[in-house]
Amino acid sequence: MACFLVPGTEAILVTGAALLLGKYEQNKAKLSLGANSAANEDGKKTGFSRKLFWLAGLLWGGVILLAFEHLWHGEIQPFFPFLTAAAEGPEAVSEMLHEMATVGVSMAILVTAVWGVMVGVTSAIEKRPEKANAEASA
Amino acid sequence: MTLLITVFAAVTATAAWYKKNDREMMLGILCWMFWGASLMWLVDAIFEYAELRAEYFTPALQDMINDTFLGLSVVALALVIWIVVLLIKDPKGVVKARLKKK
Repeated sequence: MACFLVPGTEAILVTGAALLLGKYEQNKAKLSLGANSAANEDGKKTGFSRKLFWLAGLLWGGVILLAFEHLWHGEIQPFFPFLTAAAEGPEAVSEMLHEMATVGVSMAILVTAVWGVMVGVTSAIEKRPEKANAEASA
Repeated sequence: MTLLITVFAAVTATAAWYKKNDREMMLGILCWMFWGASLMWLVDAIFEYAELRAEYFTPALQDMINDTFLGLSVVALALVIWIVVLLIKDPKGVVKARLKKK
């Protein structure tokens, strides 16, 4: 009914966090003048803010397409009160909140979990060439 | 059906992103949209399966047609969003160059 609002809220929070962290990382890179910052600028390691933007991308992408699906099924409307259930009475609102608490929260958890796996896999991939170089030099 | 169509779209978009390896085409937008929606609809499908059990796999023809239309419309919407973002951001400068020519 409005399950996409839960990942939608997470998307807003994650985007805000990613923007803040991105600014912090930029400032940190500007301040530290050394080999480490040069390595970061080369793009050898992906910053955590960029990884957070991946999560935001997954969440926003899903939310946009799910909002369209809800519009298709008449569960949301482009005018006040926007949520059809809100106009149908307290029983429909209760059902909607139940769906948000079950399906919506599960959606947010699954997307975040998949992102977590993605971050783990990309970290392993980033470490791969270093490992190969170390083995070659040994 | 909507989930299936979106998953196929997600795999196709990701394969194209990997093959092209071209940041300027911004295929990543399509990947995020399709994978995000696929994961969310997967959760929806799991909850629906828990409610309907075997009946979930034998939908009425009318529902299947409606779901197919929805799936195709979702793919069309995502493609429109992608092309609009691509033209507005114009990473290859094609639009800008064309406007300058005139």
